[in-house]
Amino acid sequence: MSYSDSRMLLSSQREGQVSRFNIWVTILVPFLALLFQIYVPLFFRFLNFLEMPLLVVVYIGLMRRNPISGLLVGAAVGLAQDAWSKNPLGMFGITKTLVGYFAASIGMKLDVDNVLMRFVLAFFFYVFHQSFYWVMEHALLSQQSPFDMPAWLGLGVLNALVGAALFHFLDKLRVTSR
Amino acid sequence: MESFLNRYRNITVLLLVLFAQLVLLAVDAKNDQHVRFIRVWTVTVVSPLARVMEGMRMSSIGFVHNYITLHDADAQNRRLQAEVDRLKLENIFLTNQLNRADNAKALAIFQQRTPSKTIAASVFSTGIGSSRKVVYVDRGSASGVMREMAVITPDGIIGKVTAVYPTASEVLLITDPMFAAGVISGKTHARGTLKGTGNSECKVDFVAFEDKVDPGDWFYTSGDDRIFPRGMPVGVVKSVKPGQPYREIMLEPSAMAAGSPDDVLIVLEGVHQDIPDTPPASQQVYLAPPPPPLPETSAQAAPPADGSAPAPPPAPPLGPGTEADKLRTVYQKAADAEDIVLGGGPTGQNIKRPPDFTKIPVDPRTLPPGRGVVPAPAPAATPSAPPVPKKSAEPPIPTKSTAPTNPDAVRRANQAGGPGGIPQL
Repeated sequence: MSYSDSRMLLSSQREGQVSRFNIWVTILVPFLALLFQIYVPLFFRFLNFLEMPLLVVVYIGLMRRNPISGLLVGAAVGLAQDAWSKNPLGMFGITKTLVGYFAASIGMKLDVDNVLMRFVLAFFFYVFHQSFYWVMEHALLSQQSPFDMPAWLGLGVLNALVGAALFHFLDKLRVTSR
Repeated sequence: MESFLNRYRNITVLLLVLFAQLVLLAVDAKNDQHVRFIRVWTVTVVSPLARVMEGMRMSSIGFVHNYITLHDADAQNRRLQAEVDRLKLENIFLTNQLNRADNAKALAIFQQRTPSKTIAASVFSTGIGSSRKVVYVDRGSASGVMREMAVITPDGIIGKVTAVYPTASEVLLITDPMFAAGVISGKTHARGTLKGTGNSECKVDFVAFEDKVDPGDWFYTSGDDRIFPRGMPVGVVKSVKPGQPYREIMLEPSAMAAGSPDDVLIVLEGVHQDIPDTPPASQQVYLAPPPPPLPETSAQAAPPADGSAPAPPPAPPLGPGTEADKLRTVYQKAADAEDIVLGGGPTGQNIKRPPDFTKIPVDPRTLPPGRGVVPAPAPAATPSAPPVPKKSAEPPIPTKSTAPTNPDAVRRANQAGGPGGIPQL
């Protein structure tokens, strides 16, 4: 993978490395991410800023490089997250569907094995996720939640840091093929 | 059309998924009754794993907590063990104090009830050496304790004082081989001698083979040893073996059943008591110190040779002391009433006038039996009055009607009494 250290843009889709995962990894990892999201902040409230399902969706989208797969994973994780929230079903579903789709689309153009690229993408998709969710709250539910971009940027950095580490860990679970 | 779908497949799927979720969102925002199953599925799937995680979390917390707790458990265990040991000792001490308070209370009640004059004492030391069964009590000669005084408890006898110091006394326990005391069986009145054996039991020697003694019988002090008042419990018979000529009787001291007591009573002045389980007829026994022998005991049985009236029947004693003491008391009272000193000097020299013995009440019980005493004469109208003795070899005992008015007669009577002041009878 030394090639990815020298450049971040792929000249063609064939240069990209398609990662495949076992089916249990595809199911279990989002499941554990959801579990982390609903369980860990009960005892560690300072970890409430982490958006583990989003990071998992981004990772799967980036690594699978398949927009349909990415949007389906995003939709499933988002709907499950909606089920645990007080919001109507579909808020997180729609947002993460878009995140999964765009992550898979970007993953075909960028070298997603690069740590810096992962960090940037994780940061970008976090901000996008929060912004789009805010838009949907206003547009569809007419909820007046604050537009706190500085906080999103700061939390985006933290999530990107955690995401970079998480992606490195999840790389151990993938089955790579050219 | 097919090529269009293939070309825009991804965006088509995206739009379909988004549209479906928008519909879902719209329906759920209006009424969540139709899409509740999604939440049920999600919660049903996730919650078991959440419970597993909670269990793991609690286990981890418990493990960490136990590890932290057990980290200093050893030191804490030693500290608590020391605390438990201290509390055990304190408990034993307080229990002993409580028992001792109960014993002291029982001792005080017994001291009030017993007719003997006693003094309470506490055992503060034991004798050195296993051969001697002695203890030391905190009462000595300063408290009036003397050697050979009895030491008892409400349960029975403990021993006797064998050495007296100003503030302490040595008590020889009844279990000492050198101890001996007269005992009597409460059931059959078999007499014997209590001896210590050096261990927790005592033996009763010199019980005749024909005397019936059974295990379970009680022995009491007989008072023959002049140390222990009669009637004090000694112990219960544990075993009886036949022997010649005496039985071998082993006895468990009642006062030593729970070991050597802490508080005892020293008998300063013993008063004999009845033996329990003794027939009532034989219980009326006066156990005063034996009187001095009377010189003229034979005169009691025979009538006076001079034909005087027979002596009245003997009456039970009225007060303490011998009959002579009582008669002396009567005369002394009469003399004191008239300020006359009897027997205070040479014959008749100190007597200014004779006492008026006519004032002495005539009570037959005050007169010694068998003496040539003339009872008070009956009135003249009484024809059956006994004759008045005309003459006696000894000075007559003045009575109410025959009181000598002659000073010489009184002087002779005082001379016969001697320096002690007791009239010669």
